[in-house]
Amino acid sequence: MSPEDKERRGSGPEASDSVGWTNARTIRLVAADAPVELELGGTLGPIDVEYETYGTLSPRKDNVVFIAHALTGDAHVAGWDKDTEKNGRTWRDRKPGWWDAVVGPGKAIDTSRYFVICPNVLGSCYGTTGPASIDPLTGKPYGLHFPMVTVGDWVKLHARLLDALGIARIRAIIGGSIGGQQALEMALAFPERVERVVVLAAAPRLSAQGVAFNAVARYCILNDPNFSGGDYYGRDKGPDAGLAAARMLAHITYLSDEGMHEKFGRRLQRDGDQKAGFGIEFAVESYLDYQGRAFVERFDANSYLYITRAMDYYDAAAAWGVGSLVEACRRVKASALVVSFDSDWLYPPADCRDLALALTRTGTRVTYAEVPSRFGHDSFLVETQKVGRLLRSFLAH
Amino acid sequence: MTQPHAEQESPTGRPHVSAEVFEKCAAAIATLIRERAQQAKDKRSLRWQEEIISREIPVGGSVLDLGCGDGFLLERLIRERNVRGQGVEIDAEQVFSCVDRGVPVIQADLGSGLAWCPDKAFDVVVLEETLQTLQNPREVLEEMLRVGKRGIVSFPNFAHYRVVVDLAARSRMPVTERLPYYWYESANIHLLTLRDLLDWASSSGVAIVSGYALVDGAPRELRADDDLLAEEVLVVVERK
Repeated sequence: MSPEDKERRGSGPEASDSVGWTNARTIRLVAADAPVELELGGTLGPIDVEYETYGTLSPRKDNVVFIAHALTGDAHVAGWDKDTEKNGRTWRDRKPGWWDAVVGPGKAIDTSRYFVICPNVLGSCYGTTGPASIDPLTGKPYGLHFPMVTVGDWVKLHARLLDALGIARIRAIIGGSIGGQQALEMALAFPERVERVVVLAAAPRLSAQGVAFNAVARYCILNDPNFSGGDYYGRDKGPDAGLAAARMLAHITYLSDEGMHEKFGRRLQRDGDQKAGFGIEFAVESYLDYQGRAFVERFDANSYLYITRAMDYYDAAAAWGVGSLVEACRRVKASALVVSFDSDWLYPPADCRDLALALTRTGTRVTYAEVPSRFGHDSFLVETQKVGRLLRSFLAH
Repeated sequence: MTQPHAEQESPTGRPHVSAEVFEKCAAAIATLIRERAQQAKDKRSLRWQEEIISREIPVGGSVLDLGCGDGFLLERLIRERNVRGQGVEIDAEQVFSCVDRGVPVIQADLGSGLAWCPDKAFDVVVLEETLQTLQNPREVLEEMLRVGKRGIVSFPNFAHYRVVVDLAARSRMPVTERLPYYWYESANIHLLTLRDLLDWASSSGVAIVSGYALVDGAPRELRADDDLLAEEVLVVVERK
């Protein structure tokens, strides 16, 4: 039995707690002749959005759980993609959706009770309109002619998706990292539509350190000799080295010092075989190299530029409270659950706690939990038991 | 509400000790030494405060529970009194239990203050069996009365005769039903007596609105001679 088969047998599409085979849908939410105005200026149209749903929408349409994905995530939250040959995303053959441990029948986000929706964000490369899409003006991919998009633009588009599905209010919106910022933005921009908001490992804005990491990541991409001003589509080579370097850097920020030490230490990749060179000597180097290569196979460098920029720009207090987070949070009508992880240094607990404390001013129900974990920012994806327990209970009440 | 302690001596005066107390002390010495080993385990009436707190909270009001533990009290208040409840708790596992109960809770250290909370944001702020565990109890009491219109404070009375007798008889930090831990494992770092709390109140411009004592395992209204009789004390306080 191959490792792939083993992995599938435990949590494969036939497992009783799996959402099974999935196929994404694509919907045109903005017509070419009626483009939307964007937050930072300019217009965009047409816009298609790829999204997945699991479970059954109740007759009263009151069981919707909206999941917002993170920077390099996609709409494929759970289950096994049936269409990998058609859509070319063959890496999905080896593993289920990115939050399969949490979403499924009987799981924390129980698809036998809730109707789960997750769209891919604007500017990404997984089916929703982005820099690799065809610009109707030129007949060629947008590249860097794609307009700057923001978390606010994403969320307005998500609201259009809900409109298109005939859903007025959602039981909850849940997201981690920049997905958590989308969740917060939804509760701020459409307070009447959100009953519960869950923000995992995310703050109302990114710290200077976080912006700095994104700047270095973009520098790697923009200065790759094959970047070609973003117009690399259809060429032999794209900015693979730059994108891989960006991913390697980002991966360091997703882990913690302690977690890295535990996982790799100073172990050599091949025992007792240290060469005096610059190849892959340490286990941690090998891990990062693998992460970089695997990422290049599945992500578009231009999307990385646009989405990291949206992450940098997001500032809930500036957008909704003239700089005051408390003022901004007064808009929120949803019950809130904010979760941080004690080893997360990308969105540190103190920043997440500030959000929770500001939300207490809304007079609604607010819970803030700081989960002990060694896995750094990645904890929101890795600590499925602890996060799952919080989600299950919070959704139930 | 009358002041139950208005007739008492000044905070620095000697507490009133009756013949009844002396009798009880004598009887307790024998039993205490015999029963010391099992004393810690009985938890029958550990939740006596909640009945009283529930009565003291206005229906539909708002309650902040400082050191809310697993959210047991708040869940009850939300269910029975229809309050807007908010807990604060430092321990992650307890916070998980609160979420399981549907009780809103902020995981935070009370020692770092309540600056996030506006003045008089809650009708009642509860400090149930938490005061003696705090690093800076006086600051937390002050904050309690800033963010709440009223405060409810309960704590084990270190001057209870069994505690006093245990201390005198063994020359060791008391281990009793209400204080079931050895000195090195106890979370109680600022143990106090009923008299200590009354001193604090009178020197801080704080009025005792009402008071209750747990005496012989049963709760009743606080009396003037409860200094040594009260195992536990619960007082409702507000700024004068």
